[in-house]
Amino acid sequence: MLRIFFVTLAVLFIAAPALAHPHVWVTMRTELVYAPDGRITGIRHAWSFDDMFSTFAIQGLDSKEKGKFTREELAPLAKVNVESLKEFDYFTYATADGKKVALTDPTADYWLDYNDQVLTLNFTLPLKTPVKAKELKIDIYDPTIFVDFSFDKQNPARLVGAPNCKLDVQLPREMTFAEGKKLSEIPADEKNTTMAWGAQFANKLLVHCP
Amino acid sequence: MTQVPRLRLTQYVVLVACILLFVAAIDCALAQPFGMTRGGSPAEIGGFTGWILAKQAEFYRTLSGLIRAAKADGSAAYTLLGISFLYGIFHAAGPGHGKAVISSYLVANDETWRRGIVLSFASAILQAFTAVAVVGIAAALLGATAKAMGNTVRVIEIVSYALIMLIGLRLLWVKGRAFLRLLRGEQQAHHAHDRHPGHDHGHHHHAHDHHHDHDHHHTHDHDHHHHHGHAHSHDHDHEDDASAWSHAHAPEPQELTGKHWLRRGLAAIIAVGLRPCSGAIIVLVFALAQGLFWIGVASTFVMGLGTAITVAAIATLAVGARGLADRFAKARPGAGMLLLRGLETAAALVIVFFGAALLTGYIVSERLMGV
Repeated sequence: MLRIFFVTLAVLFIAAPALAHPHVWVTMRTELVYAPDGRITGIRHAWSFDDMFSTFAIQGLDSKEKGKFTREELAPLAKVNVESLKEFDYFTYATADGKKVALTDPTADYWLDYNDQVLTLNFTLPLKTPVKAKELKIDIYDPTIFVDFSFDKQNPARLVGAPNCKLDVQLPREMTFAEGKKLSEIPADEKNTTMAWGAQFANKLLVHCP
Repeated sequence: MTQVPRLRLTQYVVLVACILLFVAAIDCALAQPFGMTRGGSPAEIGGFTGWILAKQAEFYRTLSGLIRAAKADGSAAYTLLGISFLYGIFHAAGPGHGKAVISSYLVANDETWRRGIVLSFASAILQAFTAVAVVGIAAALLGATAKAMGNTVRVIEIVSYALIMLIGLRLLWVKGRAFLRLLRGEQQAHHAHDRHPGHDHGHHHHAHDHHHDHDHHHTHDHDHHHHHGHAHSHDHDHEDDASAWSHAHAPEPQELTGKHWLRRGLAAIIAVGLRPCSGAIIVLVFALAQGLFWIGVASTFVMGLGTAITVAAIATLAVGARGLADRFAKARPGAGMLLLRGLETAAALVIVFFGAALLTGYIVSERLMGV
């Protein structure tokens, strides 16, 4: 009897660390904007919400034409979106040559679009101080996994005005069965130091400049 | 002879504590955007976990397509219900849904597994019901915005969290006192009785639960007919419960359970079930927008059923472990009871912690972002 309990518990423990529920799915297209002198000045996001959340978000909003919304009609919602993202650092984390890069609040030219029943939030996060970096890393994720981010398959990200720089997009990938098994063999009370899981589930942009 | 039960008892008590801590850990884990360090990598995601996460996401994402399909073809509704059910099961394995509160409540109150299942189902169904009520009234009837619904949910949340804390505090008061009294060595059965001369027993046997408890309470049931007519018995039921629970004479667990479990449990059901699940609200609004509100309602209730199964399974695990601990505690009346009462007090503390943490926003069980 006791054995059964402990086995069940052990199984649950393996399952424990990250059982969260995403309720919002975001498909991202991201542009990294550079100044002529090669310094990155801002991150321009276009985030498309999934159809259920899009429908939820526009519930009760008035529009002139049924089922269609202009940017002006969506402006109040865009404001709420952007303002509530502040608390979560816009889910965007950047480092330049290993050092954390400070981002400021979005520029005033943010807006929402509603096309094909999908809501897209467009906004630009300026760097507090533009930097020139050999290696720039940008992660976009929600640590609480309420929002599930993924890059757009066709146009995940691009560089705007960056001379001779190389962009790599690292997409999160599914864990293979063997990896899952290997991970589950690490005792629950031991910190996992051998396998870098986070990276596999992050959406990372890597930019290498000369 | 006594060595063996003692060892096993400790094992079981530790086991119950493990289960509760574990469930509490999930309910907190990743549900707290404020407590997390920022700027590093995302939380690590394990194999089996990753699979559950992927599964429930997969189910949830199929829902919108199925609701759309149901518009054109009625038979898609059955698939929708099936997926909703599976989604509920997987979804409830994540943070929230009152697993920690219900499990701790059951352990602290020494409820049976059957009652645990009833409480789990009732709270899950109530949760579905609140979601339907919020969307049905706010969105369908009043045409409220997502933001207005979010605000409504926030008010409901506060009530629900405050209730959780109150339930916890009350349990802590009762169980904590019993534990302290035992600790001070007032183990003699008779002391506690002196506090309520002659009326303790009369009081808590009035008109309730003829059917639920009779297997445990033959003597009480007989009794109860005699006391049925007491005019004041209802008014005092809180004190009665409290005094019944705080008997320091190391009573049999069945005796402690009391007869008002369902009524007592009602507070727990409401506290846990009041807060609607964000997922259900989003699904309902989506169904409403497709002109298929009733399909959304059906899906929400089936989801609740799935949720109930997961919560009930975890609750049963906790209750089962506690039951085993009880068996061994009986073999060691003194120390055994002390351990059990200590466990109950700890379980009550877990509930208080949850109520307080949720209320102060230290844990956020779910959020409706950006609306």
